Amino acid sequence: MAYVHRIEVRYKNDPRLTVRTNRIRSLGFPIEELHVIDIYTVYTTSCDFSPEELREIGIQLANPVVQTFTVDKATVAFFDSAIEVGFLPGVTDNVGTTARQTIEDYIKRKFEPGEAVYSSQLFFVTGKLSPDALQNLATTLANPLIHRVHIKSRAEYGTKGMDVVIPLVDLHELPAAELVSLDLDDPDLIRIGKEGIVDSETGQRRGPLALDLAQLHAIRDYFATKGRKPTDIEIESLAQTWSEHCKHTIFASPLDDDMPKGLYKTCIQAATNRIRQERGDKDICLSVFSDNSGGIIFDDQYLVTHKVETHNSPSALDPFGGALTGIVGVNRDTIGFGLGAKPCINIYGFCVGDPEKSPALFRGKDKSNPILSPRRILDGVVSGVGVGGNCSGIPTPQGFVWFDDRYVGKPLVFAGTVGIMPRTDGSRNLHEKQAQPGDHIVMVGGRVGKDGIHGATFSSEALDPGSPVTAVQIGDPITQKKVSDVIVKEARDLGLYHSITDNGAGGISCSVAEMAKECNGCHVFLDKVPLKYPGMAPWEIWISESQERMTLAVPPEKLDEFMSLLRRREVEGTVIGEFTNSGRCVVEFNGAVVMDIELSFLHDGLPVKHLRTTPPAPVSTTPVPPCPDNLDEMVKEMLSRKNICSKEFISLQYDHTVQGGHVLGPVQGTGRVQGMATLTKVVPGSKKGVGLSQGIFPSYSEIDSYRMAVACIDTAIRGLIALGIPLEAIAILDNFCWCSSDDPGRLSQLRHAAIGCYDGATGFETPFISGKDSMFNDFSGYDEQNNRVKVSVPPTLLVSSIGIHPDVTKAVSLDAKVEGDLVYLIGETREECGGSEYFAHLGCSGGTVPDIDIAAMKARYKRLSNAILHDLVASAFPVTHGGLAIALAKVAIAGRIGMDVTISGDMRPDYSLFSETLGRFIVTIAPDKKRSFELAMGYDAFLIGRVTGKSLQITGKGFRVAVPVSDLETAYKKPFGGY
Amino acid sequence: MTQAVFSSSTKVSGEELIPDKALIMSGYGINSEMETKEALLRAGMDADIVHINDLIDRKFRMTDYRLLVFPGGFSYGDDTGAGNAYANRVRNNLWNDLTEFLEEDNLVLGICNGFQILANLGLVPAFDKQYNRDIALMPNRKGVLECRYVTIKPAFENLWTKGIERIVCPVSHGEGNFSCSPEVLKRLKSQKMIAFTYCREDLRPADGEYPFNPNGSTADIAGITSADGKVLAMMPHPERAMEFVNQYDWTLQKEILKRKQLPVPSESINMRLFRNIVDYFR
Repeated sequence: MAYVHRIEVRYKNDPRLTVRTNRIRSLGFPIEELHVIDIYTVYTTSCDFSPEELREIGIQLANPVVQTFTVDKATVAFFDSAIEVGFLPGVTDNVGTTARQTIEDYIKRKFEPGEAVYSSQLFFVTGKLSPDALQNLATTLANPLIHRVHIKSRAEYGTKGMDVVIPLVDLHELPAAELVSLDLDDPDLIRIGKEGIVDSETGQRRGPLALDLAQLHAIRDYFATKGRKPTDIEIESLAQTWSEHCKHTIFASPLDDDMPKGLYKTCIQAATNRIRQERGDKDICLSVFSDNSGGIIFDDQYLVTHKVETHNSPSALDPFGGALTGIVGVNRDTIGFGLGAKPCINIYGFCVGDPEKSPALFRGKDKSNPILSPRRILDGVVSGVGVGGNCSGIPTPQGFVWFDDRYVGKPLVFAGTVGIMPRTDGSRNLHEKQAQPGDHIVMVGGRVGKDGIHGATFSSEALDPGSPVTAVQIGDPITQKKVSDVIVKEARDLGLYHSITDNGAGGISCSVAEMAKECNGCHVFLDKVPLKYPGMAPWEIWISESQERMTLAVPPEKLDEFMSLLRRREVEGTVIGEFTNSGRCVVEFNGAVVMDIELSFLHDGLPVKHLRTTPPAPVSTTPVPPCPDNLDEMVKEMLSRKNICSKEFISLQYDHTVQGGHVLGPVQGTGRVQGMATLTKVVPGSKKGVGLSQGIFPSYSEIDSYRMAVACIDTAIRGLIALGIPLEAIAILDNFCWCSSDDPGRLSQLRHAAIGCYDGATGFETPFISGKDSMFNDFSGYDEQNNRVKVSVPPTLLVSSIGIHPDVTKAVSLDAKVEGDLVYLIGETREECGGSEYFAHLGCSGGTVPDIDIAAMKARYKRLSNAILHDLVASAFPVTHGGLAIALAKVAIAGRIGMDVTISGDMRPDYSLFSETLGRFIVTIAPDKKRSFELAMGYDAFLIGRVTGKSLQITGKGFRVAVPVSDLETAYKKPFGGY
Repeated sequence: MTQAVFSSSTKVSGEELIPDKALIMSGYGINSEMETKEALLRAGMDADIVHINDLIDRKFRMTDYRLLVFPGGFSYGDDTGAGNAYANRVRNNLWNDLTEFLEEDNLVLGICNGFQILANLGLVPAFDKQYNRDIALMPNRKGVLECRYVTIKPAFENLWTKGIERIVCPVSHGEGNFSCSPEVLKRLKSQKMIAFTYCREDLRPADGEYPFNPNGSTADIAGITSADGKVLAMMPHPERAMEFVNQYDWTLQKEILKRKQLPVPSESINMRLFRNIVDYFR
């Protein structure tokens, strides 16, 4: 027997009504009003609720001061059409879960398996919309990949209202492992690699394994020597472990004739090794590349970790869910570092298309399966990272957005987390971990469903109405917050486990097999894994990427205490097996062994691939128009460019003050300008702080990817130098997001960028401590005329920096401070406009990309951070995208005060204003510090003017720019004013 | 079990700790317990951070404490309304302990999510000791979470606001839009229960104007007390700006002080609120 009740909650006067309505109107829908009703559908089978109980439940789910509710009765309202948006079967429903917990608390009993509360939202639209427009409106309110939508006219709604929908998961699969024959011709093997194993139940392919022929041969040969066929779970497991995502084959494979160890070992790891060796006892690295994050010394007591991840493909399909999963996923890389670090700062980065354009691109033929609009993607990813960090109580001060139309098909979503942990607990180093034979394998956190199986490769059409959604995972930050709290605030310090790692890509197949390396074996009982719904096949349970899960190695004598702690924190934990020293990864399901592979083959059986590069075609150079007459206007136009202007609407949505460590935040100065770097205290009572910055120059990479990489490193470092962080206290991280990486031309660009990374890191002596790559960021689909279209992202490298500020009270912000202060330009300007924002504004390609003398910069940066730490500087700001004029404008806007400067040289006026020469800063100082500052900086500092008046005035040979600071501020803040 | 990841910075506090202790609630997504404890410690009061389930399991007793704090956070992810689900958990499991605690000469502080929880529990305004839901914190007018520094000032002097001219600290909430009926507002005013209002930097009223009033709150209300004055509930986070360097414009203030050859303080003005609490028990 099933009992269903529907509770509808609405505001008497919804405060968000105007903003919501205006937003929808700004997207082109001529509506009058858009109201939202929260719906809770309570579904039970064991027993029903009385009317009094239902009324009380309604009271608990609504706020009687400002809301009303109905039980099993349609909300009465004036409107023209109603759109209900709920989740598809199997999609994580956080609101429904909370409502269920509230009801359980009130009725003092738990829901039975299968019983649930489902949340949905009912939108009442007033205003006449055509059926097509109404459908379009529904697609902006919902995502077909995860949502179900039901539309009714006012007449259809009548007095009965919307239909009651129960999104039950309905599975008919045979939950058993199957044997798979690999004794096939090569074309058939290739098909298995590309499209997956044939499911004996449905006859359909299960989705791409991304195994190539050589890898499939290696698997076939391995099982031939064992004298048996592999099971489906064994093949799926090898596909996960050997995937580009996990093994980074492009970065690991021998390249050309001179890099037999591959790019990663030759360029990234070698740089760090060399720096550590040369630094000797001044080495700041504690744990690099080997763990979920990289760890460096904070002080004698603490270490800090950093890790930046990407979550690109899922974010293209479901921007909100993809970005949310990205940020909570990288939080787990912190919790899973060593024995568990506490996440203390989040960072973000988005590379997206112009949100004001709507390119017509489709994943399918005949205008089917259109891409999401850049605006939709931007809104979704901004919100996803925000909700993830905000709900988890982790400040998100630092980040960037980069706009380029080549990101329309595949946006890039970067998410990073800094963690803090004590270096020891008195008896052991907390950054070290070691699972022991005999330890229980305990899975902690969320349950396992079909989410994230084969990642984003499933298309929505393949789903029938009862199928759970497999393509995307949706994070539940609160479940994870509970997991995080119980681990890093309690269990770790009680010494209850030997090892811990995150369940990310590949789920437990990767996390357990990875930890098994520490003790050389594992034995898993898959039927013990708690599931979201019954009927999953063993291979699905093994590789599912359901979120919010950590895997721990708990010694038998600590198990009771650990499980009891989890129960009291309402965190689910399950023993799913045991770590062994058998040298094998053995998996059982319902009493049968379904997987038995030697760890050595699982981890190292991957055949070696030799990659080759060929130089790409050079970029053509277009002629540059003459210098514009009206440079005042040009300065304002440049300030309004999306890559330069204020994106404060993001900073405001992101809690950047929680944990109480805000020192220099995402916006600075009275005029609120977004800085290049932020500074946060992570240990109360310590003078030290963590500075974060980044460098990204996708527009340079087609011209010169080597210089692009050096520019990224220089800029990431320079952001921290301007806060006063010494060069010796800075470490960096790399995130390569490339395209078509099997193309020898793209590989060549990658090779040059990696060499740039080596030269940059070793030149500045800033070690790489962690990195990640994503090698195939290409969109393949169709345009409106059914022509095949491929849109590849520009080769993109994000270099993130982390530095330890020795005394945050000495830090400086970017804003000009006091009338009469002196303005300095540190470093000279050269004609380096190739790939610049200015050339992009003029529509010019080609040109010279900035180059630097790293040794000279190193000396300059040491002098400047030193001058800041000696209180000689009032403000400092690096000159980056947009050049000198933009940096001066930002310093003036932030201080809401004018500057009068004169620049020397014979360069074309517009080039001198907008060239992006690296290594430069704008610094302001108190006049009485002139002598000591110039002494400290040496020949590098050029006194160019004063802080004065209400305008920015720049005089050069044959030109003069003079713009009121208030006009600059308007230009800087206008583009995203309505977001 | 108490949680102590970061030992407190006793070196910062020059004060002796008073014997009475504070109970700081945690669990289910509350996230500001550490900095709240730090603020109290610096003001001279020790605190235990206790998971709500350990109170329900009787591992800790509310009545062993003098100050009960509901800190900021995102309990239950704000699902079903900010603070609502956590308030339900308190009401359904700890109501007797809570009313017993309120009978004694004790104080309750709720910040941000804590305010939302207290409002849903009816601990504010609690006219005539009736714990009804009389006020609400609705979604912000802009419909999204907003994190920014605000200036607030006391509307009336009471044990909490004594000697405070202003507090400059962050708000960070999606649902802080104070709402109540005209009758309730009248009583809040006549019984001097409005603790803090949002204002401009020069202390003139915000008059509902964004961003000074960041969320659309009725009468610029940023915090209220209970009718008996023993409960303070506020949306802004003074515990997030304990130090001089936590203030938004500290780099400018520091330059101005340096030019006048005046000393640069290490503590922020906001600590006065926590000292007032500790003074009450002293």
